[in-house]
Amino acid sequence: MSRPGDDWPIRVLQVTLFGLCLLPALDLLRGVLSANLGANPVEHLLHATGDWALWLLLATLAMTPARRLTGWGGWVRQRRLLGLFAFFYASLHLMVYLGLDRALVWSTILADVWRRPYITVGLAAFVLLVPLALTSSRGWMRRLGRHWKRLHRVIYLVAILAVLHYLWLVKADRLVPLIHAGILALLLFARLPGLQRGSPLRRKRTQARSCPQKL
Amino acid sequence: MLIRKPADIAPSEITPPEVWRRRRDLLKGTLALAGLAALPGAGAALSADDGGETPTAIEHITQYNNFYEFGAGKRDPSIHAQALVTRPWSIRIDGECEAPREIGIEDILARYPQEERLYRLRCVEAWAMVIPWQGFPLASLLKDVRPTSRARYVAFETLHDPEQMPGQRRGVLDWPYREGLRIDEAMHPLTLLATGLYGETLPNQNGAPLRLVVPWKYGFKSIKSIVRISLVENQPVTAWNARQPGEYGFYANVNPAVDHPRWSQKTHRMIGEGLLAKPRETLPFNGYGEAVAPLYAGMDLRRFF
Ligand code: HEM
Repeated sequence: MSRPGDDWPIRVLQVTLFGLCLLPALDLLRGVLSANLGANPVEHLLHATGDWALWLLLATLAMTPARRLTGWGGWVRQRRLLGLFAFFYASLHLMVYLGLDRALVWSTILADVWRRPYITVGLAAFVLLVPLALTSSRGWMRRLGRHWKRLHRVIYLVAILAVLHYLWLVKADRLVPLIHAGILALLLFARLPGLQRGSPLRRKRTQARSCPQKL
Repeated sequence: MLIRKPADIAPSEITPPEVWRRRRDLLKGTLALAGLAALPGAGAALSADDGGETPTAIEHITQYNNFYEFGAGKRDPSIHAQALVTRPWSIRIDGECEAPREIGIEDILARYPQEERLYRLRCVEAWAMVIPWQGFPLASLLKDVRPTSRARYVAFETLHDPEQMPGQRRGVLDWPYREGLRIDEAMHPLTLLATGLYGETLPNQNGAPLRLVVPWKYGFKSIKSIVRISLVENQPVTAWNARQPGEYGFYANVNPAVDHPRWSQKTHRMIGEGLLAKPRETLPFNGYGEAVAPLYAGMDLRRFF
């Protein structure tokens, strides 16, 4: 356990990130209430929530490399918050799709899931996120012990599926989804064990191990 | 069926009075839809399909565009198309015809009386708009170049100029954008060459100075900023069809029975209707079936999608 004195930068960062993560949702809410979401508001909500879900997933995965780069263990303490916000935006995204885009017409929803690979893959990503969100508390972490870590590695798969979802849904210009794929590849690459050895940050990494929220 | 003649549209329904007045001047002396009114169905009750007849707000028509030459985002064309130079502009009409020519846009405007047509536009992405175009039937132009008997298709080409069209600097599509129609589709009185909308000169992002409008086909058939029209013997290569033949057919008639791999085509969203509006039922041929279905008699439209 870290001493209380070590904790305040972590808390400050947590509170800041919490506020920042809430901003896009508030902005969308303002757009909804003022009917100011452009020509195709349903599409706007769908795209904005999808974008934020993906960006927050990537941000969650960026914390471990950030710790390696800086040697500061506080980064990985932000993972739960970022991951839960990713889940929050993914849930909004799914709700916009079901309730507004498809207007709860189940025949077209089932046809989508069945026949459109990008929807199938998106849904798989979301379904896999659910157990991670449910077991994100310290209580669950304790209860699951070392299985918790194994379970939460599923986030790599979620991120890969989410990028695949994006790649498959664009009509022609794959540049933006490919940039996301590239960032994900970098973040995954940065975790390769081989890269750790001989790293000048190694000493600090070991030190960071003592933090309670390790993945 | 939504094919309104100028007389049917109460000015107050669409445009602010000052714009309307300008438009009325523009329309003065046009023998608008004499030919069209004789079409089966053209005079039928306009509200039969409840397919949305209120013209879409101009800010949506001009700020929500698919025009990949200026970027793939819907807002991109309204930003990047402003620099496009549309005067002078000339259009080459060539191929299987007796009187090929090169004609400037000013000559086109002077030679062909502009009419107003209120058409639904249905995008393959399952949204739609209602747009008051000005333009003239493509048939008028084609007749003037006297197609030969070998002219079975019409091929169209957009300007290719990566300097002005930043989207063309990347190979998203095989530039220039190309489209095509069968000759009977091209000669159909509903097929329009548009030069304006809402009583104003066509905004660049909507395909200035001259674009095609084929209201019973998905929007990507309605090629923008045309520089060449060729009468040809064989079915021409078309941009989206070449990019993904399984997703975008040559015919691309609006057809709720044939789903696009990415989108169900059974319903669409009417732009400007807000968050909670229910999706609308998409009609075969975008509601223009009475006028155009005979063109496809005996054809398997699932195969020729
Ligand atoms: C972790 C889960 C998910 C993530 C990270 C995610 C992410 C995204 C992203 C980044 C976009 C593109 C946004 C843009 O173009 O700016 C998108 C679009 C979309 N997503 Fe998801 N998504 C997820 C789950 C789902 C699920 C479960 C569904 C439906 C069952 C879904 C349906 C859609 C649809 C319909 C679109 C719009 C497609 C279009 O515009 O043609 N997504 N999503």
